Amino acid sequence: MNDWSRIAPQLAEATGDTLYMVGVATVLTVLIGVPLGVLLTVTAPGALSPRPMLHRVLGLLVNLGRSLPFIILLVLVAPVTRAIVGTTIGSTATIVPLTLGAVPFLARLVETSLREVSPGKVEATLAMGARRRDVVRTVLLPEALPSLVAGVTVTVVALISYSAMAGAIGGGGLGDFAIRYGYQQFRTDITVVTVVLLLAVVQLLQWAGDRWARRLAHV
Amino acid sequence: MIELSDVRKVFPARRGAAEVAAVDGVTLSVAAGEFAGVVGPSGSGKSTLARLVNLLERPTSGRVAVDGQVLTDLDDDGVRRARRSVGMVFQHFNLLDSRTAAGNVEHPLELAGVGRVERRRRVADLLDLVGLADRHASRPAQLSGGQKQRVAIARALAAHPKVLLCDEATSALDPASTTGVLDLLRRVRAELGLTVLLITHEMAVVRAVCDSAVLLESGRVVDGGRLTDVLARPHSPLAAQLLPAPAVAGRDGDLVRVTVTDSAPEGRVLRTLAGELGLDVEVAGGSVETVAGRRFGRLLLSVTGDDGRLDAALQRLRDGGSLVERAVPGDEPPAIGAHDEPATAEQPSAPRLLDAPGVPL
Repeated sequence: MNDWSRIAPQLAEATGDTLYMVGVATVLTVLIGVPLGVLLTVTAPGALSPRPMLHRVLGLLVNLGRSLPFIILLVLVAPVTRAIVGTTIGSTATIVPLTLGAVPFLARLVETSLREVSPGKVEATLAMGARRRDVVRTVLLPEALPSLVAGVTVTVVALISYSAMAGAIGGGGLGDFAIRYGYQQFRTDITVVTVVLLLAVVQLLQWAGDRWARRLAHV
Repeated sequence: MIELSDVRKVFPARRGAAEVAAVDGVTLSVAAGEFAGVVGPSGSGKSTLARLVNLLERPTSGRVAVDGQVLTDLDDDGVRRARRSVGMVFQHFNLLDSRTAAGNVEHPLELAGVGRVERRRRVADLLDLVGLADRHASRPAQLSGGQKQRVAIARALAAHPKVLLCDEATSALDPASTTGVLDLLRRVRAELGLTVLLITHEMAVVRAVCDSAVLLESGRVVDGGRLTDVLARPHSPLAAQLLPAPAVAGRDGDLVRVTVTDSAPEGRVLRTLAGELGLDVEVAGGSVETVAGRRFGRLLLSVTGDDGRLDAALQRLRDGGSLVERAVPGDEPPAIGAHDEPATAEQPSAPRLLDAPGVPL
């Protein structure tokens, strides 16, 4: 049991892998998920730019992505991952399914946040002679920002849990570490340490996200 | 300045609800510099009418022109530009919580592509105009209702509009704030030469600030005109809203309806009936208010002791210019009104509003 000096650096590396996967996946998820959420919101019937057909198709895609268990998604998108990254093993490869899994999740959260912005504010801005894209840029997104930050925080936490699952099929990171060292080598102490580490990361992120959202809220 | 010609707005049938003609053939003309009111019960189409003026709602048919420009002939882009000459103020302010007071006023200027330096200058001027220069850094959440509406008015004026639409702009405010906002509206109307269309269910507001008004019912204009003309018409449904008199039905004895104006004061009527004829005259109810600096009223008199000379006396009074007649159940304008509005009750009293410093009406 005195092998912690050997395990500790590996644990640190695994933590770094997890942060790398989740970090890059978060950036990609925000870049794709927020515009998708905006599109879902403004194309809804009676919304800023109603496109009922597009709205239904987007809604269907998002629902499909969200109803698929992540472990299945991992396997399903393996060909896509190979096409993009060149391999399906390792942290970088895991970013692809992580992003694909989190985008529909975030898009729905973004849609919910934007729908909370009172239609009166939109109407007042249209009455100023605003274009629809001005309304998205100067009203919907800024007014929903505290709620959007909260949504991204929830998504990051979900990404951490996905990343641990991705570890099961060779994705690297803390999940991978817990399974290979803790579970397969019957080292409950390693499993516990890994879980504590994950918990600490999640707590820290949630705390930071909440704080940021509170600072942005002016109501 | 505002010309609506036979404007209709039909909302298509929705699940479970038939199609609704919210505005059903309204023709309305507001002259430049006029302060015009639109009153009516809830669901009469007032708010839709306001939104037709800046084409937030496109009319189903009819023609809308503002400042000589026919908005209904413009494409979306043209309408967007034309909206800059029409400011709008709302019941619930609709300020952006993510911006400060100054940021909210700056918003329309940003959208219009005004440069930063010019924007800052204009925002300072506008906040000064509405008396909130010291609150420029405050968020809407830190302002009172009256202050929020002042910021909203500054915002509506930012792009130098010629027309100001007020949709129930005082309905969410307490009486004191209502007075302040109405004073401000009167002042900016005079200083900037604005044309104002004010939608409200509060008759005190109309009495206090409007030059003219129309009464809307089921999407149609049923009465309207300059207030000084309307209030002198004994059977005007709009006058009945502005100056309510008690119902005739269920009362015994001889009832006399008196319409009071400066040129037809009630004193002569009372002198004739009580003095000359020696009848017992009680005021059953009614109201007398100062509107546009002149006295107007509607009274219901209960007269007892008539020995057959009443009708002749009333005829004599009419010949002499008084607006008197026997009141019989069923001849009064239908009692619709503000009582069914869900918003705050009408409390501000007209005399206080008129005592306040401001522009003469």
